[in-house]
Amino acid sequence: MMNTLASIFVVIGLFFMVVGALGLIRLPDFYTRVHASGKCDTMGEGMMLLGFILYEGTSLIAVKMFLLVLFIFITSPTAVHAIMNVAHTCGTEPWKIGDERR
Amino acid sequence: MRENVVIRTISRISVPFIQVFALYVIVHGAVGAGGGFQGGVAFAASFILMFIAFGLSGVEKRLGKKWLMVYSIIGIAIYAGIGFLCLAAGGNYLEYGAIESAVGVAHLHGYLIDAVEMGIGITVMAVMVSIISDVMDRDGESP
Repeated sequence: MMNTLASIFVVIGLFFMVVGALGLIRLPDFYTRVHASGKCDTMGEGMMLLGFILYEGTSLIAVKMFLLVLFIFITSPTAVHAIMNVAHTCGTEPWKIGDERR
Repeated sequence: MRENVVIRTISRISVPFIQVFALYVIVHGAVGAGGGFQGGVAFAASFILMFIAFGLSGVEKRLGKKWLMVYSIIGIAIYAGIGFLCLAAGGNYLEYGAIESAVGVAHLHGYLIDAVEMGIGITVMAVMVSIISDVMDRDGESP
């Protein structure tokens, strides 16, 4: 039962990883690509680590992985926000429909 | 960038955790993965995060150039001092067993290893932070 739940979480995480990689290749400009790769970090890693916690059961390793999930959820969106903020300050124009891919 | 409330708040939250983790890595180095260099770099990373979030002047009020130099000397002095104590106790350089048998305290070499790792960590932290504060842009003013 727990193993099934763990594999479901890992598969959800893998789905987010694939979506993020796809977005990194396919999306047209800087902002959208950073947005896609941010999903890799937060949702992909977080879901996979949650699956690993369920697989591990109650142990010290599970507590450490829970702390990892917590800090990734806090810091990864902040890092993406910082990168976006710097790009906006430096004057990167967002992509509009009809523009060329950058 | 300088006045961004999100980045400032998150760095204020996460800097203590990074520093505790760095100390854990240093102390853990005697029995497993980790060590003085890695822990020192992690400790320096917390200060680099503060440089990014609060700017150079905000951090240098608390950790000035002079104190960084003092810390790097203190760290290397701890390392070399324990090494030469081992020589004085009749062993090789950093042969902790010589001090342990000379003083007669059990498991002293474990504490000595921790002290040497702390020295390495302090030096690495101070040198990393001083390199970053030298490299960073000071808005045109000379250091």
